[in-house]
Amino acid sequence: MACLPAIGNCFFVVAGLLLLTGTSGHAEMPVLPRGKGERCVEPTDVMRKDHMNFLYHQRDKTVYQGIRTRQHSLTGCIDCHAQADNQGRFIAVNAPRQFCQTCHSFASVKLDCFECHAATPDEHRTAVNAFEVDSLNFPLWHMTGANEQHE
Amino acid sequence: MNSMNKSHQHDRRDKGGPHCQSLPAHGARRRRLVAGAASAAGLYAAAKGFSLVELAMAKSADQAASSLTRWGLLIDAAKCASGCDACVSGCNSEHNLEKFDRPESDPQWIRKLDLVDRQTGHASSLPMLCQHCENPPCVDVCPTGASFKRADGIVLVDKHTCIGCRYCVIACPYKARSFVHETLHNQKSYSPRGKGTVESCTFCVHRIDQDPPAGQTGRLPACVEACHADGNGAMVFGDLNDQNSAIAVRLKTRPSRQVRADLGLNTGVRYQHV
Repeated sequence: MACLPAIGNCFFVVAGLLLLTGTSGHAEMPVLPRGKGERCVEPTDVMRKDHMNFLYHQRDKTVYQGIRTRQHSLTGCIDCHAQADNQGRFIAVNAPRQFCQTCHSFASVKLDCFECHAATPDEHRTAVNAFEVDSLNFPLWHMTGANEQHE
Repeated sequence: MNSMNKSHQHDRRDKGGPHCQSLPAHGARRRRLVAGAASAAGLYAAAKGFSLVELAMAKSADQAASSLTRWGLLIDAAKCASGCDACVSGCNSEHNLEKFDRPESDPQWIRKLDLVDRQTGHASSLPMLCQHCENPPCVDVCPTGASFKRADGIVLVDKHTCIGCRYCVIACPYKARSFVHETLHNQKSYSPRGKGTVESCTFCVHRIDQDPPAGQTGRLPACVEACHADGNGAMVFGDLNDQNSAIAVRLKTRPSRQVRADLGLNTGVRYQHV
């Protein structure tokens, strides 16, 4: 029974710390690099929630029926959203702070599409792979609207 | 048996709720729909004045592969030169099949074979690849359903479902399948490949499925294109079901053979002058 006041004290200390650090359950949303086109194939809030459903449907239609429309294709996403570095080389969309990885890091969801799928458009074969990016430490000056622009 | 089934259905209907009672109505509606679709297709064919088989040409990107088409490849071994590997390098660069200096296990979708008749000494050379069987043993043995045959006869691996067990590699009589042992980095957007999955010739579906270029009826697989550009023009690709296609005409007018025809697999790849 003597330990109860101690527990009560601990509770207040923790609550105070939470208030001080501002951890009120709201984290700042990640800011994504802009795509090339004028607008996405679906509204942003729909894409944020359902992009994997679109990709799953398109995947099965492509693999089993050979339907290769670009509306919801992974290739279409990458062609629009892959960023280029200052030498014009595309950076993999699953590299840190790139389009896919930014949100997936934020949400702690593992991204394994790119173990098989190309993470850069085909047009430049001198693309930079995700595994190379850390060591090269690119200045991400080209990202309009990104949180951290300059290194 | 029929009467037993009927009474069983009747029992289910009696015991079930409103959902079960609506089953027969669904069945009748489906039958009407099927009949309607069939007659519509017939009317369309009659109105256009050609048979349904001729509808099956190269499809556009938004159309589903159809069983009216069966893609096939004819290889003339008399034209295929020993030492020429235009088709192999064409395939390797199209799909970016990286080599790791381990020929026993490096992925290979098409390989050249040099054959010698031991009795007569007659030598011939031919490419060996997935034969796109009508009754593919790789599909039979696949435990997950990842190996499958498309409606137009192309045998593929759904790598999302493949667990890399390699039963299909063993079942294939043509040694046409490879397993990816290494982590890959430079895949092409149209040819996803990854460690831990099985792969083989796809007849370049990514080309066949696309809208044909202006003035052409369709696109060719990379090996066929390379064989015509850099090799000896020993390959003919086309629709086996289209009686007027170059491949069907050649098969009709000249003798050809399937490799291991005794297995009854009805291969989509045929050889001449072997």
